[in-house]
Amino acid sequence: MNTGVITASYIGASALFILALGGLSHQESARRGNLYGMLGMGLALVVTIFGIISNNYFVLLLGMIAGGAIGWYLAKKVEMTQMPELVAILHSLVGLAAVFVGYANALQHSELSGAAKTIHDVETYIGILIGAVTFTGSVAAYLKLSAKISGKPLQLPGRHWFNAGLGVLAFLFCILFVQGSADGGGLVWLVLMTLIALVFGVHMVVAIGGADMPVVVSMLNSYSGWAAAAMGFMLGNDLLIVVGALVGSSGAILSYIMCKAMNRKFVNVILGGFGTSASKGAAPAGPAGEAGDVQPIEAEEAAGLLEHAKEVMILPGYGMAVAQAQHTVFEITKKLREKGINVRFGIHPVAGRMPGHMNVLLAEAKVPYDIVYEMDEINEDFPDVDVSIVIGANDIVNPAAQEVPDSPIAGMPVLEPWKGKTTIVLKRGMATGYAGVDNPLFYKENTRMLFGDAKESVDALLKQLSQ
Amino acid sequence: MRIGVPKEIDEGEKRVALTPEVATQLQKLGFSLAIETGAGLEASFDDDQYRAAGVEIIEDPKELWHSSDIVMKVRPPSQHPELGFYGVELMGKGQTLISFLYPAQNPEMLQDLSERGVTALAMDSVPRISRAQKMDALSSMANIAGYRAVVEAAQHFGRFFTGQITAAGKIPPAKVLVIGAGVAGLAAIGAAKSMGAIVRAFDTRPEVKEQVESMDGEFLMLDFPEEDGAGTGGYAKTMSPEFIAAEMALFAEQAKDVDIIITTALIPGKPAPELITEEMVASMKPGSVIVDLAAETGGNCKLTVANEVVEKHGVTLIGYTNLPSRLSAQASQLYATNLRHLLTDLCPEKNGEIVVNMEDEVIRGATVVKEGEVTWPPPAPRLSVAPKADMGDKAREAVEKAEPKPKHPLAFLAPLAIAGLALLGLGSVAPPDFIGHLTVFVLSCFIGYMVIWGVSHSLHTPLMSVTNAISSIIVIGALIQISSDSPLVVILATLAVFITSINIVGGFAVTQRMLRMFRK
Repeated sequence: MNTGVITASYIGASALFILALGGLSHQESARRGNLYGMLGMGLALVVTIFGIISNNYFVLLLGMIAGGAIGWYLAKKVEMTQMPELVAILHSLVGLAAVFVGYANALQHSELSGAAKTIHDVETYIGILIGAVTFTGSVAAYLKLSAKISGKPLQLPGRHWFNAGLGVLAFLFCILFVQGSADGGGLVWLVLMTLIALVFGVHMVVAIGGADMPVVVSMLNSYSGWAAAAMGFMLGNDLLIVVGALVGSSGAILSYIMCKAMNRKFVNVILGGFGTSASKGAAPAGPAGEAGDVQPIEAEEAAGLLEHAKEVMILPGYGMAVAQAQHTVFEITKKLREKGINVRFGIHPVAGRMPGHMNVLLAEAKVPYDIVYEMDEINEDFPDVDVSIVIGANDIVNPAAQEVPDSPIAGMPVLEPWKGKTTIVLKRGMATGYAGVDNPLFYKENTRMLFGDAKESVDALLKQLSQ
Repeated sequence: MRIGVPKEIDEGEKRVALTPEVATQLQKLGFSLAIETGAGLEASFDDDQYRAAGVEIIEDPKELWHSSDIVMKVRPPSQHPELGFYGVELMGKGQTLISFLYPAQNPEMLQDLSERGVTALAMDSVPRISRAQKMDALSSMANIAGYRAVVEAAQHFGRFFTGQITAAGKIPPAKVLVIGAGVAGLAAIGAAKSMGAIVRAFDTRPEVKEQVESMDGEFLMLDFPEEDGAGTGGYAKTMSPEFIAAEMALFAEQAKDVDIIITTALIPGKPAPELITEEMVASMKPGSVIVDLAAETGGNCKLTVANEVVEKHGVTLIGYTNLPSRLSAQASQLYATNLRHLLTDLCPEKNGEIVVNMEDEVIRGATVVKEGEVTWPPPAPRLSVAPKADMGDKAREAVEKAEPKPKHPLAFLAPLAIAGLALLGLGSVAPPDFIGHLTVFVLSCFIGYMVIWGVSHSLHTPLMSVTNAISSIIVIGALIQISSDSPLVVILATLAVFITSINIVGGFAVTQRMLRMFRK
């Protein structure tokens, strides 16, 4: 196959990938978009395999079949609640692959010289660096998300100096590697840098707290893209550059959206969780009143409230996913809709452990997507809502973000159920949310607390509604 | 413990302190229940309904008073008109009475109760804090009174409430003035509004303006230097003479315009303030209606006669004092539910035994006699409203802090200039090949930026999994190298192919699986 055909196919593949992402702008076009993506990948693979490869077909085939089978198995088996873990572990594989490809490239002799060689070496170096950070960062994120290690931010003393030191070393090794490579060696610097990058990846992620995971996962998504782009530069392959840039900017935008939804600066998230300036975590809760001022409610009464409502808003949080309550929640939704009650779902951008996590969980429970709304779409509708149900959410419905200027979450956009007629909060106890901030919502006059495990509470509600 | 509910004996009192529905719930708390025969008849609950709910029916009210551990009533105990006994006389040590008691007006009764060693909780003394709302019987009764006031007004008003344009001519909407926007006032505003009237409201407490407006009522403002009429416990206090003069001028002006006036102005422990003078009544249009909810304590209008409907100067004045009793079924249900909430708090173990815990602010407030000792009046309730002015200051400070520093109008050029210089610098040394790739890279970033902003928020998880799959395009890099002669390179490349394959298949498959779940 001649180079022209290969390049043309790569252009086609790039276009298909852009269409794949564009298709995700709406649920109806999304599946077709995914098909475009597969088509693009297929085209790129076929052209490369038949156009460039000259031998070693056997190991190639073996690798692809074995890998494909594992991927297929993972995709079929994964629970929707575990999606963040799966995505994290897949990110780590992209990072690892980038490291392998980078090394494979560095081991081969190139005929480049002068500035071209320097640039090529720097590209290789950066590609491996990003790949290695993505790899261990994603593994750490996976361990955190699957609760194999603690979700609490691990904050070593002097960790900023430690990070800065690693950065300086990485820069130094880069210069040494480029010099060494010009003399036909320098691999040792590459290996040393890889070790540093691996350590840095772990350290960066373990310092970030559990509820900041949406940012971390999207950031790693972005890194995996930049790693691919760096590989593209190294190999002089535009297809890799295009795809890498697409994925990189995709992850960056997701991180930006997540940070905005938490009213936090990206740098602050990366540098560590809430309460870095220790006193802040214990900031006063404001007009919360005393713990005694909450008004508990039983499932029976809550069901009565729901039955007599016209507009119901359900606000799920990570707690719903943990309790696996989404199916029962949908059963309740069905019951209420049968009675002619308008039920809608309000989703905060950072609800769950990765962007869009709640939407996927609700979709899995067969909740139709046209009754699931984003925060910005439904916040102004709350005055007309008769009953809002908060399930396993806390900080994202905390009025302190708007009412208490010195609250750690001040300025964070939040759902505003308290503007409706009644809010029922399903909650285990009176513990604070991730941010450690007391929630004045629980003490509002129109709030009722339905205490207990989220799953048991929704089961009890469903039972009452079925009678 | 056994709860006994006697029939209400006061004239015109149709309510009852227990309904079958509440009876079922009280049994869950461990109480056994008894009710005097026919007690619920006026509220449309017959003995059979109570029996079905597990309540024992008792013929003799004396037995109830004497033998129940807890006696629940609506009105304060009084002399039985037929049997000629006074309920309190039959009570003794260890018994508990829960009812409206109005301890301020009934000091002898308190004395009586205390001499007999009875514990008494007054529903009208439940502190008006947010936690106690569910047992605030004054509020639930006031709500009914406000609603019923509008119904009574409509009954005596010879016109429509709502405006209409019919073939036979135009019907103007009625204009309703509600004085006092407490619970009753707000309920009246809501009821009148839903019947289609134009509703105006006045209150001495400016902070209720929002509540009035939330019910779609028009809040009348006094042109008067600020004076806050908010007293303790959610009531209004007496205002200064100047304020009252301005207020009266407003009412005089309104009286000429409106068709219906509903007054709800009460100051606890004092006669009701006179708000509507005889002149104002005379100035109203003939056929207008005044409903005076303060008739029991003298009335907001001196012409009102308690418990009667009178016509003066062509205006109908309604002075019914027990409006909740005119909606007896609903009033009984709400009152009984208030009682149930109080009993729930009194019985934390849910074992049918009550504990009068004087540490609990709500129970402390409601208890007027404890085991023979008069405990009324309670210490002043804590304010449930946070100091607002303080908050305001803080908020203002924060706003001031947040004020961004003005930026130089050309400041946005700085990053552009830096980026431009960097590109120029790079371009001067880099080979053309690299610049070509860089062009592709930068343009792709922009395409990615544009495309990703268009992605629906609800599809962010599929977006991540699909970008995951396509970022495995790195496999191309591995494929290019797999044909190398160096075994080490082949091994590395094969490993890369292996793991990217996991990613490609896994990523696309899981995306497809997720997208298939999204449905309408």
